[in-house]
Amino acid sequence: MKNGTLNNMYWLVKREFWEHRGGFLWAPVITGGIFLLLNLMGIITAEVFGASRGIQIGNAGGLKVIINKMDAGDLDKVGLMLDLSMYSAMSMIAIVMGFVVMFYCLGALYDDRRDRSILFWKSLPVSDLSTVLSKVISATVLAPLIAIIVSVLAGIAQLLMMAITLSFHGVNLWHLLAQAHPFRVIANMIGHLPLYLLFALPSVGWFLLCSAWARTKPFLWAVTLPVLAGTLVSWFDLMGPLDLSSNWFWRHVILRMLVSVFPGSNLVYGSSKLTADGDNPLAFVDLAQTYRILTLPEMWIGVAIGAALIAAAVWFRRWRDDS
Amino acid sequence: MNPVITANGLGKRYKSSTALDNVNFQIAPGRIVGLIGPNGAGKTTALKAILGLTDFSGELNVLGFDPRKQRDKLMGEVCFIADVAVLPRWLKVSEAIDFVAAVHPRFDRTKCEAFLTRTRLQPNQRVRQMSKGMIVQLHLALVMAIDARLLILDEPTLGLDILYRKQFYQSLLEDYFDEDKTIIVTTHQVEEVEHILTDLMFIRDGKVVLDTDMEAVGERYIEVMVNADQADAARALKPLDERQVFGKSIFLFDGVARSTLEALGETRRPSVSDLFVATMKGTYA
Repeated sequence: MKNGTLNNMYWLVKREFWEHRGGFLWAPVITGGIFLLLNLMGIITAEVFGASRGIQIGNAGGLKVIINKMDAGDLDKVGLMLDLSMYSAMSMIAIVMGFVVMFYCLGALYDDRRDRSILFWKSLPVSDLSTVLSKVISATVLAPLIAIIVSVLAGIAQLLMMAITLSFHGVNLWHLLAQAHPFRVIANMIGHLPLYLLFALPSVGWFLLCSAWARTKPFLWAVTLPVLAGTLVSWFDLMGPLDLSSNWFWRHVILRMLVSVFPGSNLVYGSSKLTADGDNPLAFVDLAQTYRILTLPEMWIGVAIGAALIAAAVWFRRWRDDS
Repeated sequence: MNPVITANGLGKRYKSSTALDNVNFQIAPGRIVGLIGPNGAGKTTALKAILGLTDFSGELNVLGFDPRKQRDKLMGEVCFIADVAVLPRWLKVSEAIDFVAAVHPRFDRTKCEAFLTRTRLQPNQRVRQMSKGMIVQLHLALVMAIDARLLILDEPTLGLDILYRKQFYQSLLEDYFDEDKTIIVTTHQVEEVEHILTDLMFIRDGKVVLDTDMEAVGERYIEVMVNADQADAARALKPLDERQVFGKSIFLFDGVARSTLEALGETRRPSVSDLFVATMKGTYA
């Protein structure tokens, strides 16, 4: 087993985790913690204010009455609200993770060139292809996997917090929880991982390429080049001689290059062509819906371009000579 | 035995300068080669070419590999310490050992740990908490535990105090070097490596100006201390260099018969640094 390709890849990814423990692990944990804390503070505030104003819906059994009077459709809405509260905890972590992955990719092939520790890494019998792939895996599998695990835990905590609060007001806790769909929410999150990998590839590839290529300030290059290109296209569009669709360019090129690292950006991207069916407003995050993006050719063109950008990053990693 | 490194017409051009100009050399196994040259002479470029870190023109064979195409395989047989402090600052001692042990087939973990017990390094210590000397100790411990056939040292002791420097070369000789291994070292502190070198290579403006073993140096180059009355006779023999010490002149000769020189005064083998200074005269002029 020692020194097999898989074994090497495991250690390379582990190496990335050692270096970026703060971003990969602590950033989602702290975000989740802050989110839960803020919610807890909000709930306490509401309870205290409610008590001082004499609007004690709970003690009077008001809420219980309301819920008991609800029909099945209204109960769905309670479940929806609870699902939404789970997703909200997760979405905060997803946004933070998007930033983590973006800055991770921008530094992944640049930081060690800047501090010259690349000379140490390059003195080991590890190919540049493996090195770059380990960074792709760290960005598209490891980071989201940790974020998802933390998200699921935070989501469950959030759900329990909401349900327990409501149960103080006379509503049966299990009755409430039965209305929510925690397993569906969790399945949606975990099932989203392969989709994220594919959708984020053009962004990850572009950032890694900038990271491997830029002599200084990869962030500046990574952002200004596409924005400049987009602005030029918009300007030509405005001037009118060429029939360019600047909207198309911004949407399919610039945004895919820069924004695709943010989990959930694929939901927005596919939404114009892939309308959700059913009357569940949260259906658009269900796997049956999200995976329909795989039917779009744009998606696969993006994957191909992402792979090409990563190949270019490998080439620069091999031959960039500035250490 | 097959040479470890064979270079034929090795060249490297940067935009505004030539770093290596059609260089040819061979390095045999079991040698310790000092690659010595002034700043910007092309030493580091030559080492980078050998390690496959840079592109070049001409032919270069290192341990049977082409460094441009087979770098990954080559690095299984070659170790490399660039000047100090290139270990990543976030790395812990234990992580460094674990990682190298996992990816390097020739790494001997117990050997590495044995080296480290002789230092003050702690497993949980990060590189950023270490002094320059400690970083080099860690790097050296990692490298010495790798059974490599070629070790390349580029200014390995730059910025270290004299205790660390002495210890560095001593460990290298006592615990690492044997007849199957080859070491190439570049340094400006020539006096410190002089006694361990078996071969000497001077490089200047991208060209190898001297490539010889240390015994030949003693035969070819002779220093003579001459009294003032015989100085003119000595100058007539076209010395490489002349300097004054205590009213006497010291001349450095290249390829003049020892018997001739002994008639002029006391002869001795020149130090590598004196030889270097004489050879490189006018480099920065």
